[in-house]
Amino acid sequence: MGARESGTLAPAVPRPDAARSCAAATCCAAATIEPAPVPIGAAAAAPGTAGAMGRMRGRFNRKETWLSAIVLVLFIAGWEWGPVLLGIAPYNIPRLSLVISEGVHLYHNSELLLHTGITCFEVLVGFVLGCLLGAVIGYLLGMSPTTEIIASPYILALQIAPKVAFAPLFILWFGYNITPKILVAVLIVFFPILINVLTSVRTVDPALINLARSFKASRWQIFWKIEFPASMPSLFSGLRIGSTLAVIGVTVGEFVGGNTGLGYLLVQGEGQGNTGAVFAAIILLTLIGIIAYSLVILAERRVLRYMPQRDFGDVAMRV
Amino acid sequence: MATPRLEFRAVTKRFGNRNVGNGQDPVITAVEEVSLALADGEVVSLIGPSGCGKSTLLNLGSGLDRPNEGTVLVDGEQVDGPNSHVAFMLQKDLLLPWRTIRDNVELGQEIQGVAKENRRAVALRLIDKYHLSEFANAYPHQLSGGMRQRAALARTMAMDPDVLLLDEPFSALDAQTKMVLQTDLARTLKDEGKTAFLITHDLVEAVALSDRVLVMSARPGRIIEEIAVEMPGREKPIARRSHAKMADYIAKLMSLLHIGDDLEAA
Repeated sequence: MGARESGTLAPAVPRPDAARSCAAATCCAAATIEPAPVPIGAAAAAPGTAGAMGRMRGRFNRKETWLSAIVLVLFIAGWEWGPVLLGIAPYNIPRLSLVISEGVHLYHNSELLLHTGITCFEVLVGFVLGCLLGAVIGYLLGMSPTTEIIASPYILALQIAPKVAFAPLFILWFGYNITPKILVAVLIVFFPILINVLTSVRTVDPALINLARSFKASRWQIFWKIEFPASMPSLFSGLRIGSTLAVIGVTVGEFVGGNTGLGYLLVQGEGQGNTGAVFAAIILLTLIGIIAYSLVILAERRVLRYMPQRDFGDVAMRV
Repeated sequence: MATPRLEFRAVTKRFGNRNVGNGQDPVITAVEEVSLALADGEVVSLIGPSGCGKSTLLNLGSGLDRPNEGTVLVDGEQVDGPNSHVAFMLQKDLLLPWRTIRDNVELGQEIQGVAKENRRAVALRLIDKYHLSEFANAYPHQLSGGMRQRAALARTMAMDPDVLLLDEPFSALDAQTKMVLQTDLARTLKDEGKTAFLITHDLVEAVALSDRVLVMSARPGRIIEEIAVEMPGREKPIARRSHAKMADYIAKLMSLLHIGDDLEAA
């Protein structure tokens, strides 16, 4: 009897605080959401003031702004004149102006806007569906250890399987339309969300659960009032990773089959030996990824307002 | 004697030992044959060596755990799950970081379905009482440790429990903040006539805040001594600290616990 109960009655493992603990336990994303140390005195003196934006603006001083601008100018100049100076052939690395003019050419002759729009749509739908699926299954498995134990070998196998390898299969199943592309995105977005949500639900401080239980909370109340909000920091680090993976999934899907989207234009450019078009497509795909990632960050700032101030400018926090 | 507010009758609690195979007993007896009773309005402290099962008693009292033998009763009724007569407060403040202080104080009543205006009124009154008014809309990370623990006390009091179970509630605080909070607690307990069961490592705290001090043995935990604190002014722990009898009580507790060595190790 003692042994049966020991699982639930084990003394609470000491943890710093709930949000921090689920952050720390979230696999690869741990470093990205560990809250920055708070200057207690300062924060206590002015509660509820100083949003993340203000803090972020304050982070960059004039010197850093100037240095960033200089690096940008050097980058653009290097791309424009570097290949010529180094004797690199235009079909290997075309100068920047050539890439831009190739983009304009695609805009006039190849319905670049339409292809970009289709890719955006696929990324959006794939991302949203993948997140919903990953989050729902993550919460379900998180709340039911038995189900997780039974399902974990299959989940692990699916996680290890290279998701993009499913693209040809999906095309066999659904044909040359947008469905296979969306499905690859769903599949690739699904796992980081699932794992982050599952880990965060599992690592909620048991003392918080006991607190809710002492108020006679139902299982449902424990989920909505404790576990779900406690998982938000982890969920968002999963969403950040997912937003960039969605673009990868869609692009691969477009490579494999069909005649729409930036991935299709890219492969077409490759077939014609048109390096400028390939670069133009890569730049646009990157821009879509940046926009998706920024939208997630914006949402995260709104939802995680309660967290200690954090910096959002670092590359280090991306993955 | 009237029905005790909180009563343990020959309570024994065992846990499965996860380290079986190392020649250890597969079962750990945390507390054994513990009997105690708290009368209405009484404050009783429990002290004992580390790992003697003090916190186990608190989990049993709050209904989060069940005893293997014996019974736990609140107001003469057997405890078989969490109930609204008992509320606990731990060393960790357990404030939810995504809720403002006011929403944290409201948590218990919110879970129990108290109407929004009512629970808000209760929360604001308590927040005011514990000097947190200007932080009602702040998030926990913006408060100092002492303020957070006062917020936790407000959340506990918002449930208007008959019995408070306190597990080293001030042990994470610095010495001065601790004394201020002890005074806040002592006054609250006196003013509201609450019954409290206080688990602590701090001998002075135990004597200063309580009517009685229970001493527990090393595992398996048993109550080995009961000391009635015969000093006036339970609501004034700071005055009690400098009372002439204080040193005698501390000396007695130290000898009971054999803690000379422990203190040097710590």
